[in-house]
Amino acid sequence: MSAPAREVVLGRIGEVSRRSDAVPKVTGEFAYSSDLHAAGMLWGHTVRSPQAHARIVGIDTSRALTMPGVHAVLTHDDVPGEKLYGLEFRDQPVLAIDRVRYFGEPVALVAAEHPEQARRAAEQVRVEYELLEPIVDPERATEQAPLHPDRPTMGRGYRDDERPNVVRSLVIRHGDPDARGDVSVSGVYDVGIQDQAFLGPESGLAVPDGEGGVDVYVATQWLHVDRDQGAPCLGVAPGQVRIRLAGVGGAFGGREDLSMQIHGSMLALHTNRPVKIVYSREESFVGHIHRHPARILSEHRATREGRLVCVRVRVLLDGGAYASSSTAVTSNAASFACGPYKVDNALVESLCVYTNNPPCGAMRGFGAVQSCFAHEAQMDKLAAALDIDPVELRLLNALESGDVMPTGQVIAGKLPVAEVIRRCAALTPPEPEELPRDPLRLPGGSGNTTRGEGVRRGVGFAVGFKNIGYSEGFDDYTAARVRLHRTADGELSAEVHCAAAEVGQGVANVILQTARTELETEDVVLAAATTSAVGSAGSASASRMTWMAAGAVQLACRDALAEHRRTGSDVDLERTYRHPRTTPLDPETGQVTGERAHVAYACAAMRVVAEVDVELGLTRVVWIGTVQDVGRAVNPSAVEGQIEGGTAQGLGLALMEEIQTRDGLITNASFTDYLIPTTLDMPPVASELVEDAEPDAPYGVKGVGEPPTVVSTAAVVSALRAATGRELARVPVRPDDIVGL
Amino acid sequence: MRPSILSRPPSTLRAVDVLSPRSLEAALLLKAERPDAVPIQGGTDVMVELNFDRGRPPTLLNLNEVEELRGWSRENGTVWLGAGLTYTEAMEPPLSELLPALAEASRTVGGPQIRNRGTIGGNLGTASPAGDAIPPLLVGDAQVKLVSLRGERVVPLHEFIVGPKRNAMSDDELIAGVHVKPVSGRETFMKIGPRNAMVISVVSLALRVDGDVHAAFGSAGPVPTLVRASTDDVHTLPERVADAASPIDDVRGTAEYRRHALRVLTKRALERCLA
Repeated sequence: MSAPAREVVLGRIGEVSRRSDAVPKVTGEFAYSSDLHAAGMLWGHTVRSPQAHARIVGIDTSRALTMPGVHAVLTHDDVPGEKLYGLEFRDQPVLAIDRVRYFGEPVALVAAEHPEQARRAAEQVRVEYELLEPIVDPERATEQAPLHPDRPTMGRGYRDDERPNVVRSLVIRHGDPDARGDVSVSGVYDVGIQDQAFLGPESGLAVPDGEGGVDVYVATQWLHVDRDQGAPCLGVAPGQVRIRLAGVGGAFGGREDLSMQIHGSMLALHTNRPVKIVYSREESFVGHIHRHPARILSEHRATREGRLVCVRVRVLLDGGAYASSSTAVTSNAASFACGPYKVDNALVESLCVYTNNPPCGAMRGFGAVQSCFAHEAQMDKLAAALDIDPVELRLLNALESGDVMPTGQVIAGKLPVAEVIRRCAALTPPEPEELPRDPLRLPGGSGNTTRGEGVRRGVGFAVGFKNIGYSEGFDDYTAARVRLHRTADGELSAEVHCAAAEVGQGVANVILQTARTELETEDVVLAAATTSAVGSAGSASASRMTWMAAGAVQLACRDALAEHRRTGSDVDLERTYRHPRTTPLDPETGQVTGERAHVAYACAAMRVVAEVDVELGLTRVVWIGTVQDVGRAVNPSAVEGQIEGGTAQGLGLALMEEIQTRDGLITNASFTDYLIPTTLDMPPVASELVEDAEPDAPYGVKGVGEPPTVVSTAAVVSALRAATGRELARVPVRPDDIVGL
Repeated sequence: MRPSILSRPPSTLRAVDVLSPRSLEAALLLKAERPDAVPIQGGTDVMVELNFDRGRPPTLLNLNEVEELRGWSRENGTVWLGAGLTYTEAMEPPLSELLPALAEASRTVGGPQIRNRGTIGGNLGTASPAGDAIPPLLVGDAQVKLVSLRGERVVPLHEFIVGPKRNAMSDDELIAGVHVKPVSGRETFMKIGPRNAMVISVVSLALRVDGDVHAAFGSAGPVPTLVRASTDDVHTLPERVADAASPIDDVRGTAEYRRHALRVLTKRALERCLA
């Protein structure tokens, strides 16, 4: 019942550093949150709504309470404190009160001796629903009855939009939005719902402390925000909820929102027994937020020479039933709608609505993925209209440091767009393989569908960029605590505390490498991440954790070392690091109200070679080359891993990953029907790094996790367009779209 | 398909008896005694149903220790495949040379772990429209041998599968195996999936040219279906195969695409096998 041990590994900033979790994960010995155990523990199960939208007429728990092994059946009546919670807006009930707004919404909880008993008892909780018409078309949501009549996201500094079901609307006006060019291209682009599809389902263990508080061992991305959301609902002080990081089996944004934290704690406090909850795979698909599906209308106006004159974009995002982080996604989609290009005139309208579709929130790329897919399709279209090489067109318009974003923000840090484009365009793809060849190396793969018939080769190119860190005035910080002492043989020894969530991205090594670099000692251990020993680290999100953790640990180590040198005695101190402050966007004009709305940016370019069987609509991505702006690579092998993993996730969205729904109900909640790329779908990635130190960041680092995902969806589809000659304005691309059915 | 966990009817916690006979005779005795027992070999279908609680049979008849069901042999010009033959075994020579389409189909099944466990008999027992082994067996004129204490009978495969996930077996019968004609000409198997490996088929096709032409498709109708042609009228075969299909729209693909793909696959398969 302990968090996974994190042991010392060698390496300082910039050196390849081996991860302590690498071997246990490969051999199956790593303890994930689903492996937790406590003596005498009960198993919790969540009763969920089978309806996308319904009024709850009544909940009858009497029969479930008599089932064998059952210790508790709880409903909204049993929520001890606040009935609502939310990552940014309290609009989501801990347990549904009088209405369910999405398929899978939690309605009741059961705790029993055995997981199967809990599940069976959950089936006996009788919930009577009166069906309501679900809002499933985001285009019509602003004309339908409000799902949240109290408008939880309004009055918070965003544009006051009177229409029902608006989560946020943002309009960015820049220069003269009516400026005309010599040529204009336009398109309508659609992005399906992608799921994080992490392999470790939501799981955790809540242990009552006997004094009214609870220790929660859970796979999460931000320990302190879990605590701060959970404690008010449990009716206890924040200090009485101690969140401890358990082994995380992938996150990708999907663990920003709460899953079992409050539910498990309620059951544990009610029964005074430890309670474990593990979601099934199916439950995981309905139990967490997804990437926002989007419809993007774009018009690009340019001179005959290819210089962008004006970009006009409308983004519609389906936020689903609850706000989650949708307001920030809305802003990101707008911020990056014009791409990493100089655009003097722009009109960007970004709207996110509430519907009864699956709730959406944070996922790797966070609004920039959807925008990149559209702006890069537009750039290819413009290149074709002007008969200019697509790479040249991008170079001609490439944004650089000192340029102004459509929000009016001057790019103060590094943004080597032209360099990533040039270097990526220079990467050499392999020569086409000869026929005949093993069908595994052809579109269709193991299906043996072609020996070369119908196969066309296409080369695609895309550039993408995204913000690093939290934006728009969010007070974002990371705390680190360092305990220093001299050992008997005179060596400096350190213990570092930081609540940064190791979600597989390698932040544990970043922390250790930072401490070793600053303290000039190998003898550094990283304590288990918990809310009880150190202040908040913020979220392992927004490509921010490397920058922020390195900043905090650097600061704490430097101060600790100075104090140790001054006093000669042991030191135990905590420091809080903040990145440069951001300010909100003006709610009416979408312009910056201070120096910056985003902290910094990172970009990546990607070249993709794909072979497409144009008669069957099947694809084999042959090769991917990418150049990424990383500031400084703290752990080069981890950076390479992030690039490959991030690329695979974007390729998944391009080719296969989509949550399908019917009237708001998810129809493919399994790994049989929600497919992610296998090794036969994902090619080798040739990656190069641009290391141009970011001035405001510790060691010049930038986050690296998201740019590959932002750019790869666009780059893969660009290659498919080149191979097929079709517009392919929707992802995932379906065989029907390629064939032209 | 609606997620079962959220909408399935309540079931009761009930123990499942697992019977493990060591011989076919013992297995038949048990099956006669417990006609509701569900036979299980690799468990790649049965355990999925059980784990997802879509079905909870009172009894499982574990056939993994019945030696008579294992392996394959040549018998009087045909190939005998025991019900317990795994996909991995079907991929290995010399069997893969006698029945190349079955070997190609086996390669498309899941990953190595699934291919090591899943069996031909299980694929027949499940009788799914998407059963990967079924189209290659149909073009090989497979005859299913069913056994019971009452005796044995042989049913042509196209009569054995009577509907989606329904077969012609009586409650007291077990599948002993199938007799298949080895290919003397050429044959191939192709399967389309939503990604390049480890998929349930969107549509599949087996085709054998052996004097006459035999084509069989999967996932494009309630049952895998055989279409015959003479070598004189092969040019009409792609259209005839598409016409014989009655596909549906589902999460894996559209009916229109399935029909289109069948035309393309049939044309390509003919080119492969007539070249």
